[in-house]
Amino acid sequence: MNAENPLFEIPEAAGRPRVRIIAVGNAGDALLGALGPAEFAGAEFAAINTDAAALAASVAPVKIHLENKLFRGLGSGGDPDRARALAEEQFATLKSACAGANVVFILAGLGGGAGSGISPVLARAAHEAGALVLAFVTLPFECEGNRREAQAHAALEQLKAAADGVISLPSQKIFKLIDENSTLVETFQVTGGFLSEGVRGVWSLLTRPGLIQVHFGDLCALLRDRHAENAFAFVEASGPGRAREVAEKILNHPLLDEGRALAESDAVLVSLTAGKDLTMAEINRVMEQVKRQCAHAQIVMGAAVDAGLKEKLCVTVIAAKTNAPVGSVTPRAESHPAATATVQAHRETAAARPRARRAGNKAVQGQLPLTIISRGRFDKSEPTLHRGEDLDIPTFIRRGIALN
Amino acid sequence: MFDDSNIIAGLEIGTSKICVVVGEQNADGALNIIGLGQARSRGVRKGEIINPEQVEEDLRAAISEAEQMADVEIRSVYLGVSGGHIRGFNNRGVHPVVSADREISQDDVEDVVKNAKAINLPAENTVIHAVRQHFFVDGQDGVTQPVGMLGARLEVDMHVIHGHANRLQNVVRLVRATSLEVDDVVFNGIATALALLSSEQKELGALVIDIGGGTTEFVVYSDGVIRHSGVLAVGGDHISNDLAYGLKVPLTRAEKLKLEFGTAVPTATAKGQTISIANDLGLELKRVNHEHLQRIMSLRLEELFQLIAQDLESAGLADYLRAGVFICGGSSRVPGIVALAENVFQMNVAPGHATAISGLTTALDQPEFAAAIGLVKFGSLKNRRRAARPTLMGGLKGVFHKMMPRS
Repeated sequence: MNAENPLFEIPEAAGRPRVRIIAVGNAGDALLGALGPAEFAGAEFAAINTDAAALAASVAPVKIHLENKLFRGLGSGGDPDRARALAEEQFATLKSACAGANVVFILAGLGGGAGSGISPVLARAAHEAGALVLAFVTLPFECEGNRREAQAHAALEQLKAAADGVISLPSQKIFKLIDENSTLVETFQVTGGFLSEGVRGVWSLLTRPGLIQVHFGDLCALLRDRHAENAFAFVEASGPGRAREVAEKILNHPLLDEGRALAESDAVLVSLTAGKDLTMAEINRVMEQVKRQCAHAQIVMGAAVDAGLKEKLCVTVIAAKTNAPVGSVTPRAESHPAATATVQAHRETAAARPRARRAGNKAVQGQLPLTIISRGRFDKSEPTLHRGEDLDIPTFIRRGIALN
Repeated sequence: MFDDSNIIAGLEIGTSKICVVVGEQNADGALNIIGLGQARSRGVRKGEIINPEQVEEDLRAAISEAEQMADVEIRSVYLGVSGGHIRGFNNRGVHPVVSADREISQDDVEDVVKNAKAINLPAENTVIHAVRQHFFVDGQDGVTQPVGMLGARLEVDMHVIHGHANRLQNVVRLVRATSLEVDDVVFNGIATALALLSSEQKELGALVIDIGGGTTEFVVYSDGVIRHSGVLAVGGDHISNDLAYGLKVPLTRAEKLKLEFGTAVPTATAKGQTISIANDLGLELKRVNHEHLQRIMSLRLEELFQLIAQDLESAGLADYLRAGVFICGGSSRVPGIVALAENVFQMNVAPGHATAISGLTTALDQPEFAAAIGLVKFGSLKNRRRAARPTLMGGLKGVFHKMMPRS
């Protein structure tokens, strides 16, 4: 309970864990820049890239340039396989870069060459060097094309297999946050900002003294084996009504799909950090709101005190869900968000009903099945089931795409 | 048997129509398409018979049309089958070579093939095809003809396609009831691939997708052999049903709208446009949104391709399709379907055309007839193989030749 306690158990760690933050590829570098290394006292920074020019401009003190003759200084050319081959070739270099660290954070943008190719290998190298690995990655915008998206998803799968935890931010979600006139630079700043908030949230989870502890193991258990993406948010507020304000911000947070991600998730981690004046009532108020949103999720909660925060209350929320229906993972840009929400919510309640009954302590208002999904001319024929979906039901209904 | 030519008929009982293709094979084995017949199918849903009486009636109509056109009498047919119950998978058979000199004999080959066919099927299922892929001799890959080689261990990979025995038997019985003989039962996907692919394309690797009325069959060839096959019980009927539901129009109307206004990729010109539906007197009954129509169709077709792409991905075949993807079947007439498929599969896509067969161009050019044409081709290949086998007369001739060398 006191400040000297190690916050999580790593066998060889004494006191604070040694955290190394490694940026991979150009996007990773940009994220590292957005992070503002100054705020992370005690962490070590490094950058890995195949592109020498970009690496030279990096703010990281340690720079590792992966290169071989075939690249001729041109980088991986957006081809993850080339980058992966190169990383495998220089596996020893990567491993030595991770040596001595207890925790390695990997920052990368998936979809291109270096980020998608090197990150999974780096995660494995870090693992072999004896560190816990947590990856923070961005996924490409939809307009960047199917190929990049496919590359990003493939890399994400590999990364999930290699790392202890992966937190991903689909750039597409940023569209909801920026207005029409935002410049490209601003957009990337927003993306970088969100991811660095995530890193900061996890960082404070690990380094600040916890009153109610969240072990790194809890975090990893939460992030591991979640086959769909996870959503995270970092909000802060200050002043007398800060608890209420924070709760409101969480429920309206665009990265949590206005709170829908919470409803869909089956494991949620909430970490509160505030100054010494943090009251139990405030924790209660925030948790009450979160709990109401995700009645059937496993909730891991932590609270920490940081004297430097004074009046501020910061909350990090990480929501993870298992196998979401394919269509709803990346809601299409053209679909009507509100209508999608109702369809999804409907599906959600249908799915949640048996579990809610098991929980037992809440009276659930029964709902009449008012939307009858017709199978039309296939009404009397054997349903065409494919991976649990009835293909006879129109595609646009199953994917929750609204025709307005 | 009595003249040089040989009549081969292919029959496909599809969900939207029944079609019969008649081919003539001359003494050299060359195939010529001489007739075709078709009738609207009313008793089939998702490739499976639900009303035998209606099917029989439609079948007679199609057969007599084909007979009239070809001016021959059809006595037997090669029957194409499909349906969501049909599955394909790869299996390996192993056989130790026991002969003293370690030379692989024809008996060894037959034994290993028999081993590969001995698979655990559900009791009610039966094997439709078991196609040899490659032999392995002591682990050496890619042997096509192991007889005469030396080795201790002979293995073979086979692609086995199986389906529900009773459902397959229902179709055969029905055809027999119309006093037609069934020469062989062939999976439609294989027939289609036979009609569309050249041997070079099979060697390079190709995916054939036949999008019919009620089912979609897909077959993958690579290195000259069939690698993968499958059926999804989704087809043009589903598009019509989606439209009927989404646009709130009757099914027959949805069918017409699909044919008249459907596209696989939403077009910019349709945005915000409406289509007015008029009754027989020309009075407007209803307006439907053109954009919605296109999106509903596009989503369904996109999903269909995605399901196939996922299946290939999990079978590890996505990188072997160097000749690309070939689409046929009635639903392949939807405008823009090639662009959509290219977008999903990220490779070359072409509408399939029956190649390497001569005859009526009207039949060869239509994507709906690919399966039936393939059935005829299947028959011709089978005949040729039979002809190549030594007959009694041929054997005697050989003996005489040996006894009396010409030189």
